[in-house]
Amino acid sequence: MLMAIELILNSVNINFVVFNKYLYPEKLDGIFFVIFIITIAAAEAAVAIAIIINLYRSHRSIDVEKASEMKY
Amino acid sequence: MTASAIIFYIISAFILGTGVFAMTTRKIFRSAIWLLFSLIGIAALYFWLQVEFIAAVQIVVYVGGIVVLIIFSIFLTQQSGREMPKQSVKRTLASALAVLFGFVLTFLQIWKYNFQPTTKTFDWTVAKIGSRMLSTTENGYALPFEVVSMLLLAAMIGCIVIAMRPSAPTNGKVKEKDLEEIKEDTRTIVTPFNEKSEISEIQQIPSRGDVEEAL
Repeated sequence: MLMAIELILNSVNINFVVFNKYLYPEKLDGIFFVIFIITIAAAEAAVAIAIIINLYRSHRSIDVEKASEMKY
Repeated sequence: MTASAIIFYIISAFILGTGVFAMTTRKIFRSAIWLLFSLIGIAALYFWLQVEFIAAVQIVVYVGGIVVLIIFSIFLTQQSGREMPKQSVKRTLASALAVLFGFVLTFLQIWKYNFQPTTKTFDWTVAKIGSRMLSTTENGYALPFEVVSMLLLAAMIGCIVIAMRPSAPTNGKVKEKDLEEIKEDTRTIVTPFNEKSEISEIQQIPSRGDVEEAL
């Protein structure tokens, strides 16, 4: 599901913080990137879970491969 | 090897191990719990890096928000004890190849780049972050801040609209029973507001004759 996306975003965050701390300690850009990534990840998770709950309501399943039909 | 390095290796082994478990276990609820442990480990790594602000944000947003949301949605949508179906060999092979190529690419990049260790100290404070966040000068982050706030607003409204109980069934087939329910709902909602809507119409039209007609 979207847990893998969360893990990937977290690894990117760690990279940003570490490079900021050890290579460019006089700047703060890595920390800003991390804050924005966390914000966007939270928004993305909320929207994805809303979509999943709606999909479960209409199809009684959250398997993406079963949801192959479209509205029109 | 100093104690700091030992702690770093313990934390990173914890993060990697729980991350791998989160992706390989076939029960979705266990996967969410492993993800929770992995995120806590990442927060510990931030504490180790002495960026306590990011660690606090990590715990509040991820551990307190996103994982709880994921667990709630798992409980709402399916039986947590059921095992997921096994992935096909083709898919496993493709993902293994992707992981291998990604690892080789990053490893070569890190190998080639000559890192210069700096002697400067990393000084961040929350006050500094806040003033940079709202400054409109060259290195300010005011524009991304505003854009992200608009994005959060849009995501909030989108979530409410998507997850709202739809007025008609979404799979296109409208059942008679549902239609009756919808009609009753709209009747109960619409009728008390009729008088108010007339009043607002009158207020919007400034001309005197219209008001007199309506009255």
